[in-house]
Amino acid sequence: MAEDIKVIVFKLAAEEYGIEVDKVQTIERLMPITRVPKTYSFIKGVINLRGVVIPVIDLRGRFGLEEAEHTDQTRIIIVVVNEMEVGFIVDSANDVIDLNREDIDTPPEVVGGIKAKYLDGVAKIGEGRLLIMLNLSEVLNKSEIVQLESFEG
Amino acid sequence: MDMNQYLSMFIDESNDHLQSLNENMMGLEANPEDLGIVQVIFRSAHTLKGMAATMGFEDLASLTHQMENVLDLVRNSKLVMQDFIFDTLFKSLDALEAMVQDITGGGEGKADVSSIVASLQAIVRGEVPSAQGEGPGPAAAASKAMETPALLDEFQLSVLEQSIQAGHQVLFIEVTIREDCQLRAVRAYMVFELLERFGEVVKSFPSVQDIEQEKFDFSFSLYYISQKTAEEMQTLIMGVSEIDKVTSVALDAELLGQLGQAAVAATAEQAPPAPARENTPPVTPAPAAPPKKEEAKKAPAKSAGAPSRTIRVDIDRLDVLMNLLSELLIDRVRLEQHASDIQSGELTETVEHMSRVSADLQNIVMKLRMVPVDTVFNRFPRMVRDLAKSLDKKVDLVITGAETELDRTVVDEIGDPLVHLLRNALDHGVESVADRVAAGKPEMGTIQLRAFHSGNHVFIEIQDDGAGISREKVLKSAMNKGIVTAEQAAAMSDNEAHQLLFAAGFSTAEVISDISGRGVGLDVVKAKISSLGGNVTIYSTPGKGTTFSVQLPLTLSIIAAMLVRLGPEKYAIPLSSIVETGIVKRSQIRSVHGAKMVEFRGSHIPIVSLSSFFNVSDYDETGEEETEIIVIRKGDKLVALTVQDFIGQNEIVIKNLGKYLPNIQGISGGTILGDGQVALIIDPNAFIK
Repeated sequence: MAEDIKVIVFKLAAEEYGIEVDKVQTIERLMPITRVPKTYSFIKGVINLRGVVIPVIDLRGRFGLEEAEHTDQTRIIIVVVNEMEVGFIVDSANDVIDLNREDIDTPPEVVGGIKAKYLDGVAKIGEGRLLIMLNLSEVLNKSEIVQLESFEG
Repeated sequence: MDMNQYLSMFIDESNDHLQSLNENMMGLEANPEDLGIVQVIFRSAHTLKGMAATMGFEDLASLTHQMENVLDLVRNSKLVMQDFIFDTLFKSLDALEAMVQDITGGGEGKADVSSIVASLQAIVRGEVPSAQGEGPGPAAAASKAMETPALLDEFQLSVLEQSIQAGHQVLFIEVTIREDCQLRAVRAYMVFELLERFGEVVKSFPSVQDIEQEKFDFSFSLYYISQKTAEEMQTLIMGVSEIDKVTSVALDAELLGQLGQAAVAATAEQAPPAPARENTPPVTPAPAAPPKKEEAKKAPAKSAGAPSRTIRVDIDRLDVLMNLLSELLIDRVRLEQHASDIQSGELTETVEHMSRVSADLQNIVMKLRMVPVDTVFNRFPRMVRDLAKSLDKKVDLVITGAETELDRTVVDEIGDPLVHLLRNALDHGVESVADRVAAGKPEMGTIQLRAFHSGNHVFIEIQDDGAGISREKVLKSAMNKGIVTAEQAAAMSDNEAHQLLFAAGFSTAEVISDISGRGVGLDVVKAKISSLGGNVTIYSTPGKGTTFSVQLPLTLSIIAAMLVRLGPEKYAIPLSSIVETGIVKRSQIRSVHGAKMVEFRGSHIPIVSLSSFFNVSDYDETGEEETEIIVIRKGDKLVALTVQDFIGQNEIVIKNLGKYLPNIQGISGGTILGDGQVALIIDPNAFIK
């Protein structure tokens, strides 16, 4: 019997994604972001989170999805991975669910336009809902960004 | 007893003692006749030995014990200091330092010191004809025992004799309590209690009653019968806190016999002087006594002041305090803004008062973090001495301004670069004795190490009076390495040529043998200093010498900055690099070789548009008739930056942008403004090549 985990569920475009609760520091409403020049376009800038300066990434941009207008539902999820604090801008975040690790399957090659290596797996949750579990350290892997940029550029 | 809680204290104090040993040894080397210094050294070594033994670091204790033996002979004028002895003692200090290092790193403090111990013993034995057969330590202390007024009556003597015959240890123990001790009687009581657990006190001086009523100075002595050896007792007694010094000597029948005779003689002859001696610790020959007093006065002043006036604080706690203060400063700025918006007199007054208080607080916290550069400088004399010896050069290191204070973080980081520069000055700056004589200079080279404040910076200069840098050799080597072309080289001023030493790649093994050798990893030095927000420059006059000047910021975490606006964005520029602000007409900006230049105080300097450098959208300055400029400086080069508006000057707290962001050209960090938004801090170095 594998262990149960709690997962924060958020939306990007039409898909639902999950991040384990213990990697999430807080979820914030959109706040003023200071643009940082001369960096990757998906890095939206830095925010002041209670006295700490934290860089913010548009997760749509990071996954090569079309960037969307920010709405009332837009949230910044602050995650901590490998002692790096980073904020993700997502379309909405409004659910916490329990998940058993057994329910997470290895992902197919491409899900929702996102490369498999960014994913930990896909979990079925109820009536046809699919939850895509993110592999945060890959998402924040910097050497990979350089490759991505040179590939696109 | 769990020693762990004392370990950090032991390490701190050992380092203090080692440092003072080093310094005093240097002092003694310069002035070998000064027995006062020997006393100080002896005392440091002794304390170190006691501490090490208490903590169970046997090797450390045994080595210091041997050093003590040598020093004891010296201070009793039975041995004259010579080069060989100095070298051996310095070697011992190195070994001690290595052991303490090992302990600091969590090790056992074990080291093979047998060879050093052997040579120390050789000094004690071989070169001192006057030393008595049984070694100096006991001999000297035993003679002490003979002189003490703690005379034994016949009955007590016979008790001691019988004890020796019965195979017990008879010890003469002298205990000195620290001078800053508040409750001497209590400490003495603790010692007695300890003693009575392991044996029997036959006679003490002053009497037990007097000691209990605190009728003694700082030391008392006693005869003691026990199964324990002299060493063991010494260690045990040192375990009582606030005990400065314990001498413990085992007495044998022969010595006891002498004592008996001395007792008879003393009752006749020494009776009158005895009361006078009560007040001074019964120390050895008279000549040694005055320096001892002197040292007693000196020692507390030197070693961290009177202990009650300072405390050691974990650096982490200071950092936390600093962070909290940063938060407070941010809120203060925000409050100031609100107060001026609301325009309530009382609020403004309160906020103003709070500003003053928090400014004072900031000053104090900054001062807490300041430490004198001496903490780095103090290891240099020793290093220079050793290096000069191994290079067979004569060098005098003159340190000035060691009391200059710098932020702790800067001080921690600056050591290695300075070592590098000093080695450079020694190795390649100062010439060999023969060369110096040939050049008509004094044999003894001089290296000046200076630290001083200037504005918001601290300067550290290393100046040698050596041969200086040869422009030709530097340029030739730079051309060989492809760092500059022949044309560039020809056009370079001497000063520019000297800065080439800092170029990356200039330092290779080949260079060292090719040219005068300067440039050993100087690019690393420069990188390190730059990372501290500092700068390093070289001035050199052929034949006269070379000066390396290191400029460092006073602190790394709070700076004064000019806030500027670029369209919707705000940026902060460190005030320390701003020369001037002003307004120029667009028509004054000229194009020279495709680069934009503007006239500034009689010369033309490059002008850079910040908004286009940072790709600021929503703002276009090209249509303006006039534009605000900020002239910034790095070294002696100037650049003008165009901005939209000046907002004003502010104290800002530097925050890093998080680990995720790569290094961004032109940005050195971020800060939080009064309105809670983040403003980026501009790195002026990025605009000046």
